[in-house]
Amino acid sequence: MKPFRTHRGRVAPLDRVNIDTDQIIPKQFLKRIERTGFGEFLFHDWRFSAEGKKDAGFVLDEPRYKGASILVAGKNFGCGSSREHAIWALADFGFRAVISSSFADIFANNGTKNGFLTVLLRENEAADVMRRAREIEDYQLTIDLERCEVRDDQGFRANFPIDEFVRHCMLEGLDDIGLTLQHEPEIAAYESLHPVPSALQPSKP
Amino acid sequence: MSSKRTLFEKIWNAHLVAQPSGRSPIIYIDLHLVHEVTSPQAFEGLRVSGRKLRQPSRTVATVDHNIPTEPRGTPIIDLIAAKQIAALQANCKEFGVRLFDMDSPDQGIVHVIGPELGLTQPGMTIVCGDSHTSTHGAFGALAFGIGTSEVEHVMATQCLAQQTPKTMKIDVRGRLEEGVTAKDLALGIIGQIGTDGATGHVIEYAGSAVRALSMEGRMTLCNMSIEAGARAGMVAPDETTFAYVKGKRFAPSGIEWEKAVERWRCLPSEEGATFDKVVEMDAAQLSPFVTWGTNPGMVAPVTGRVPDTSGLKESDRHSTELALQYMGLEPGKRIEDIGIDRVFIGSCTNSRIEDLRAAARVARGHHVSGNVRAMVVPGSQRVKHAAEQEGLHQIFLDAGFEWRESGCSMCLGMNPDILQPGERCASTSNRNFEGRQGRGGRTHLVSPMMAAAAAIAGHFTDIRNWKFQ
Repeated sequence: MKPFRTHRGRVAPLDRVNIDTDQIIPKQFLKRIERTGFGEFLFHDWRFSAEGKKDAGFVLDEPRYKGASILVAGKNFGCGSSREHAIWALADFGFRAVISSSFADIFANNGTKNGFLTVLLRENEAADVMRRAREIEDYQLTIDLERCEVRDDQGFRANFPIDEFVRHCMLEGLDDIGLTLQHEPEIAAYESLHPVPSALQPSKP
Repeated sequence: MSSKRTLFEKIWNAHLVAQPSGRSPIIYIDLHLVHEVTSPQAFEGLRVSGRKLRQPSRTVATVDHNIPTEPRGTPIIDLIAAKQIAALQANCKEFGVRLFDMDSPDQGIVHVIGPELGLTQPGMTIVCGDSHTSTHGAFGALAFGIGTSEVEHVMATQCLAQQTPKTMKIDVRGRLEEGVTAKDLALGIIGQIGTDGATGHVIEYAGSAVRALSMEGRMTLCNMSIEAGARAGMVAPDETTFAYVKGKRFAPSGIEWEKAVERWRCLPSEEGATFDKVVEMDAAQLSPFVTWGTNPGMVAPVTGRVPDTSGLKESDRHSTELALQYMGLEPGKRIEDIGIDRVFIGSCTNSRIEDLRAAARVARGHHVSGNVRAMVVPGSQRVKHAAEQEGLHQIFLDAGFEWRESGCSMCLGMNPDILQPGERCASTSNRNFEGRQGRGGRTHLVSPMMAAAAAIAGHFTDIRNWKFQ
């Protein structure tokens, strides 16, 4: 996993609440069996007309937000389906982080497995970032995971909470599976006390 | 901290494998359910890292999300979908996973077959790369949805590292009125607490109205927990639970059954156990609900109206206006005046035998309105077979409904069952998000009875006034 330490980048504002993963990556693009190539379908139905033409109005396609790597959005971002494809699409498009005042659990969890940060700010702070991203030309933010801090060049500064272990894994880019397998003796001990029920044994087809 | 423990705490503690200091606890997973859409990248991850599947016999797969619901044997025209299905078949073979494939009499939506095969049992930890895994909590199991990276994690380790969730009790007193179902209870709860009202929490549903629900009803209720943002939903096991599980294919039998029931009786939350949050509701206040917007919290009683946006505060007005614009509805419109084009009865929320019985009871002796296309998609081959044994399919066919093969179908429209742009659908599924059932499609979530009644009337109608034939 790609480590996340400090990231500075352009911020794009998406001023809607309850953005669900069906909007982030619509179902027709979930049939790929790879982890790559989802970026071009990000927010597909908001960005493209039914005929496949790019709709002029969508914020990510405005020239001033081109190359943005930080997204700021309304509360309850990433609700709905557990599809990790939503993270893959955001990351593949070029985003490293999303800022919001709340995130759906599975979405945030999926992010941490992909070096993608969900930055939880207070409602007024997230609204402030949203306003600045709209009003300030080429608005840039620095997300500093070592200090759990977000700051800009215009004096905005806010701290965000994150689970200490999640932070450690993201800073180091650690492989979750490898970490769990360090506990092989405990897993084996648990399994010897809790064997697979006979009904599930492979002899029954 | 109280010494009295909740159902959740008992299951959680019993599955703790390790609690490394400064890290998330590692819990053991008893059952891992797998389907074609969220698993290929996980299997690929195992291959790339040279890892094995740790417990193939605790892993069970089926195909449900993108399979067609035309008669089995019809070729799959969508080649990318066919490739994904073929990938699951090949992966299950390579890694030794039990697969209930397209042609199996046990195939069905993963959250329908788990319970009906007796794979789902009280006290278990169950995961699946699907947010509606919360369904299995109806049995007093801890069941939650995970992403593909975690699917790979469970495949490799049979464990998950998880931060301990908070607990929330939703206590529903009184009883549901005739015509008000578990679906309406779920929609009523989400309407009250919001689509992020339970984020970070595991819900335990309790109270007399919940106790009175059948297993099918409890599954519907727990299924929708994720729509309130919950990590999981659960109902303590009781005689209703044991009666459902007994005799199922993978359930314990003989002396093992007796021992299992004895264990399961110890699971319910103890009197005086504390929760991080408690919500109380009165079942008698609930009515049949219809969603009018683009998330499941945007809901109104069937006798009510689409909200009038003028009275709302700024932040709510914006999202309400966007939703009404997408839905093509004017503020203040009566719910019963909303006409529909399509009806979908199915999904992991409402496609079980009891759901089909309820819908058939409404449909019997009536006919689908001339401008409505209605389809019934049983949740599994077993449900389909049971419904046909009872003659329910004939009631639906006589009333002008389509009777199809089992799968997720138009709940998420990954297969050819989709809405056309602008079409309005009364759906028994779980999400009314923009484009969920097809781009530009407009979804209203309702119970199976309300969906069947809408199919016949051509618009939403209060099932409590229905003339059953």
